[in-house]
Amino acid sequence: MGQFIIRRTFYALISLFILSLTIFAIVRLTGDPVTLLAEPGARAEDLERLRAEWGLDRSWPVQYLAFAKNIITGELGKSFNYQMSVSTLYFQRLPASLELALAATLISFIIGIPAGLISAVKVNTGWDSVGKVVALFGLAVPGFWLGLVLILVFSVWLRWLPTSGTGGILHLIMPSVALGWYFAASLLRLTRSSMLEVLRSEYIKLARLKGLPGYVVIAVHAFKNALIPVMTLAGINLVVMINAGVIIEVIFAWPGIGRLLYEGIFQRDFPLVQGVVILAGIMIVLINLIIDILYAYIDPRIRLAR
Amino acid sequence: MAFVSEQTRSLFAGTAPALAGLRRHWMRVAGQLPVLPLAILIPFLLVAAFADVIAPYDPTEPIPGAKIFEPPFWAEGANPAALLGTDFQSRDILSRLIYGARVSLIVGVMGTIVAGGIGTTLGVLSGYLGGWVDQAIMRVTDAWLALPALVFAIFLATMVGPSMWNIIIILGAVYWTRYARVIRGEVLSLREREFVKLSEIAGASSARVILRHVVPNVVNSAMVLASLTIGVVIIAEASLSFLGVGVPPPEPAWGSMLADGRSMLMVGDWWLTVLPGLCIMMVVLATQLMGDWLRIRLDPQLRNM
Repeated sequence: MGQFIIRRTFYALISLFILSLTIFAIVRLTGDPVTLLAEPGARAEDLERLRAEWGLDRSWPVQYLAFAKNIITGELGKSFNYQMSVSTLYFQRLPASLELALAATLISFIIGIPAGLISAVKVNTGWDSVGKVVALFGLAVPGFWLGLVLILVFSVWLRWLPTSGTGGILHLIMPSVALGWYFAASLLRLTRSSMLEVLRSEYIKLARLKGLPGYVVIAVHAFKNALIPVMTLAGINLVVMINAGVIIEVIFAWPGIGRLLYEGIFQRDFPLVQGVVILAGIMIVLINLIIDILYAYIDPRIRLAR
Repeated sequence: MAFVSEQTRSLFAGTAPALAGLRRHWMRVAGQLPVLPLAILIPFLLVAAFADVIAPYDPTEPIPGAKIFEPPFWAEGANPAALLGTDFQSRDILSRLIYGARVSLIVGVMGTIVAGGIGTTLGVLSGYLGGWVDQAIMRVTDAWLALPALVFAIFLATMVGPSMWNIIIILGAVYWTRYARVIRGEVLSLREREFVKLSEIAGASSARVILRHVVPNVVNSAMVLASLTIGVVIIAEASLSFLGVGVPPPEPAWGSMLADGRSMLMVGDWWLTVLPGLCIMMVVLATQLMGDWLRIRLDPQLRNM
């Protein structure tokens, strides 16, 4: 187990290294980074001063070391617009995004898991077809468009829900449905296939042969095991939703990380955009690492393989 | 037919059943084609291809004499010159939707080709060569997978600046990872198969083995993945355009049309946002169904994917 954790941590560190190298290289390959770091309309001497200040006149390897050191110490630069450290801004906005992501996860559970379960238990019947249609629409209906249609129906026409902003539970309903929609479809498909696999296994056949009632077999024996991969996906989805809910947060004026990123794009606030991207990458590498280790802890077959 | 001699008739006697057989074969193929996705995709493809002929107006120029936000034909006070009304610059919505199909489909198809090209190449190299090449490619794949695709694409788009071709390359650069993973897995098992081993023993070079024996055997999987990627790429392009870092204005893209119409949603002008969204949804739905059909036809192993 110890060896497994060490190997996985090593892989995660390599991922982070490649990630930082990629971002570092992209910024320098696509143009002069000084023009990104300078506030719009800066003069030539200001550019030179910035170049020296950020060490951009030095060689690439030296620059990379400085860049990597800044990431490790959490010094991701200062947003032009807010005149604040990017990491401070990110963690200020994190709770709002987390709240929305948790609500969206709940929605995706409510839709995805029961529908996936029913599709698997009643495989190749009308129920299964309904599940397939839901999964298909989950992928084909863009979340941001669904959000706009929800606003149209529930805010403009029916006047039941507030159009945007934060507040009570009513403010949370539409953005979480719009964000959770896509993830509900992916949970549905995974629940279905994972459940089908478990239902085919020997121990389920044994449980049935023992004469246990069908619902006990499904609820207690099969569902519990089918849930493991589903929970893994939900964990990764949660982190993705926190960091990639850009459009939904823009549509509903939700003051989270996605909206921060959007402001960064619009005000050409380069340190902000870069910082959010790096922090999103770090969060996802970390959650993957945690899930891998938990998985190995639950299922010895994984840590013994390879 | 008296003017056809006995001789000629006997010459062609054998071909009639053969032709009939061929026709039967094609009828069977046609009978198995997915009707619904094709019924959606073909009109969109035609509209995109002949946008210049079909569109009543230039999508980037205001209609002379028209006001802004004119309502569509079913609403009161509609302008008969603009069937689906006009946008905030009094441009024709219908023409913009028609040209938008071109943008969406070009980005969807080309972005998928770029992604598939990068991913398949890296997957084949990684799986066949193994060793440190495999390690290097897979670690890069892992790292790129760690960034949420949309956030990564936004970052790249702010770096290189918006243009349709930049968006195609960016989306290709973001979505290749899945191909690399899947294709590598397939190549790993192909490498152990007899025909590959034998051709290695016969002295074929790595390049020859890869091109003649490995690549033809992963094309099916790449096609299936491609059919699933197109929809994702189309939605990603719409998302980028919606956020203002996609296809730049005044070029008509469905995503930016949605963003333009958003402010009018509050006063109830729903068609400005609903129509472009419906177009996106229908195209993506059709490509997904097409993908399901391809998957079942080409690759039984991927049926449960």
